[in-house]
Order: sequence, then C-alpha cells, then structure tokens
Amino acid sequence: MQAKPTTLKVLDIASILLLAAALYLALIYAPEEATMGQVQRVFYFHIATAWTGLLGFVAAGVAGVAFLVTKDQKWDIVEVAAVEISLVFFLITIVLGSIWARPVWNTWWTWDPRLTWAAITELIYIAYFMLRQGVDDPSRRARFAAVYTIVGAASAPITFFVIRLVRTIHPVIIGGSDPSAQGAFAMSPEMELAFFFALFTFTVIFVDLFWNRIRMGRLATRVEQLKLSVMR
Amino acid sequence: MAARPRTLPASSPSAASSFFRAMLAVAWKDLAAELRSRELFSAMLVFSLLVIVIFNFALELDIRTRQSVTSGVLWVTFAFAGTLGLNRSMAIEKEQSSMDGLLLAPVDRSAIYFGKVASNLVFMLGVEVVVLPIYALLYNVNLFIPGFLLVLLLGSVGYIVVGTLLAAMAVQSRARDMLLPILHFPVAMAVLIASVKASGGYLTGADPASIQTWLNLLIVYDVVFTSIAFMVFDFVVEE
Repeated sequence: MQAKPTTLKVLDIASILLLAAALYLALIYAPEEATMGQVQRVFYFHIATAWTGLLGFVAAGVAGVAFLVTKDQKWDIVEVAAVEISLVFFLITIVLGSIWARPVWNTWWTWDPRLTWAAITELIYIAYFMLRQGVDDPSRRARFAAVYTIVGAASAPITFFVIRLVRTIHPVIIGGSDPSAQGAFAMSPEMELAFFFALFTFTVIFVDLFWNRIRMGRLATRVEQLKLSVMR
Repeated sequence: MAARPRTLPASSPSAASSFFRAMLAVAWKDLAAELRSRELFSAMLVFSLLVIVIFNFALELDIRTRQSVTSGVLWVTFAFAGTLGLNRSMAIEKEQSSMDGLLLAPVDRSAIYFGKVASNLVFMLGVEVVVLPIYALLYNVNLFIPGFLLVLLLGSVGYIVVGTLLAAMAVQSRARDMLLPILHFPVAMAVLIASVKASGGYLTGADPASIQTWLNLLIVYDVVFTSIAFMVFDFVVEE
C-alpha cells in the first residue's frame, strides 16, 4: 500500500502546531472575562468543537446521499469517517459545555434546545454504529448506513425546531437556560482573535482527521480484501 | 409463502392503478393473516393495557396529575405498542422468507412499503381505538375531542412511516428486533414530542393558535418522511 501522502503529513504537523497556538491564545493571550472568570476560556474550544461536529454532520449526510446515488463504496468510507469525527467532537462539545455550565448556570445539564439536540444527535450516531455492527454483508451494511444517515439528517432539523418550540411555549426553565440571558458577554478584540483562531484551527484539524480516517478506512477495506484472497 | 391473494378486499376500486392495487394487496395479506391468527393485535392490546396499569401506580394518577400527564402516558403506551407491532409485522416477512416472495412480484417496491405502512397503521390505530375508551372510562376523562383524534392520526402516521422503513432494516440485522427501538426512537423524537404537546394542548383546552404550530410540525414530519421512505425503500430491500 502507498505511503502516507506528504500533504497529509504536513497537515498533521500543522494541526498540532495550530492547536498549540490556539491553546496559547485561548488560555493565556485572551483577557479574563469579567463576570465568569477563567471558566469562560472553555468557550473558545466549545464553539470550535461544535463547529467541527457540525461539519462532520453535514459531510455525513452528503456522503450518505452520494453513496445511494453512485453506489460507490468510497462514499461509505467517507460517511463513517464523518460520523465518527462528528460523534467525538459533539461529545467534547457537551463535556466542555458542562464544565462551563456548572459555575455559570449552576448546573451540569439543562434541557436547553441546543443541549437536548446535541444529546439526541449523539444517540442517532450511536444507533448508527449499532446498525453497522449488526449487519455483516458489507454492501448491505453500506446501504443501510446510508439510509439511516439520511433519515437522521432529515430528522435533526425538525427535532431542533420541535425542542425549541417546547421552550418558547413553556418559558419556565430552572435557572433560565438561555445563553443570551445568562452567561452572555461581549468579546474584546483579543477574545475575538482567540475565538476565530480556534475556529480556524479546528477546521484544519477536522480536515486532517477526516483525511486520515478516510485513508484508514481505505486501508481497512484493502486488508479485508487481502484476507479474503488468502483464505481462497 | 406470500402469494398475492386472489381476492382483493371488496372495497378496492376496480379502476385503481396497479400501484394502488399492489399496495392494497400487501396490506390485505397482513390483515387477513392477522384476522386468522389474532396474534399481533391481541399482544399489542394487552401490552398497552398493562403499560397503563403500571403508569397508574408509577405516576400515582390522581385527579390533579392526570390532567397534565394523560397525553404523555397515552403516547408512551402507543409508541411502545407500535414498536411491538412494527417488529412483529416485519419479522413475519423474514421468518417464512415471504419478503423474497413479495420482492419477486412484478410491482413497484414502494407499493410493498406503503402496503406494510397501511397494515401497521391499521394495527396501531386499532389499538388506540380500543385503549382510548378504556382509559377514558378508568380515569373519567373526556378523550373524544376531534382535534385530539386528529393528532393521534397524524402522530401515528409519522411514527409508522419511519418505523416501517427502519423495521425493514432492523429485521435484516443480527440483533433483529432489539435494534428497532434504538434506531427508531431518536429519529421519532420529534413526532413524539409534537404529538404529546399537541394532544396535551387539546386535553387541557389550550389556545388553538399554539396547538396549530404543533399540528403543522406533525404534517411537515409526515410529508418529509413519507417522501424520504418512498425514495430510499428500494435500497433497504434490494439484494
């Protein structure tokens, strides 16, 4: 099998360096927020990881449609890569959010639309992997996974709308979970720099991980084929 | 085997397109099998009643709580019973390899899908029709509000439309019926929440304008997922 492409190697190193720089900007360079204090620094990576998760979510939906249209196995590999990255990054987003919410909202968790939506999306992803695991035949597995990705991607916006509506009709929420109401703040130019840099960094990290994961998926398929040819 | 029944239900219009006839034939096959065995419907019904009895003690359904939780209790009951029915109706096709027979029939495959949706919907609505009067009797609440019944219909359609598609995938997996609720509940969350809220609104006599939004959402969900299932069902059954 061919060696790792040079561009990908460069991207790997760039991701690490950018992450280090983003950490410096978020943890040291950006000024301390007046009311929330140090815990506000979670925000830079919280939004950035959510953004990465969302990129993966969209990529998975596109790959699912592309697979059903073309029936090309490579789209299945792309789809798994996207779902895996999205699953991990949404999880990181939720954990970071909880760390921030504990002192600011005085609770680890609240049934805020965004939080609830992220949790349901994670459950869809977990169901996705259970479905994949339960189907042995590779072509059938790919078809089912693509169908479920499309169903999941279509349900997500409706689910978000429904949950948000629950909140607007029942505005009584323990502690008031609307971020614009509690925990909102205006960004200083230094904060903005740290924020957009983190966003950029995680976009690069997304591309890097995505590429690596797709490459790994291809290699895994190749190993599978070689194993079969040996057995024959 | 799943030979198409020679006699179609008397109500089937003679001038209907072949798609519609195929769909009715699949639905009629399921209903005829059920009329003879009475396995599925009785199981769903007894299960629903047991769930309601459990809720009675788990939630202490006294007069005050009853008002606010009735729609939730009913929807959880119907959702669970619906899952039971969806699993069984697809497992039957798998067990006797009758799905293969159906797929050999020279009809559009989405006709098979809509036939299964129709029969599953009849089972779920049938359970609702029996459970509602019993619930109304047991707890002395008036459930015969036209808007509420409309919500039941729209919600059940959405639930079954997605469920039938996912059940067709779940039965072909190793985990079989265990997988269906795991696949189904997260994507059906929207329809369940909207149904609970809309029926709760009707039962507590809320402002019709606020209920209208939920109804619209239910209709959107039904339309979106009927179209998606129509487009992708081929990929689920293809060999």
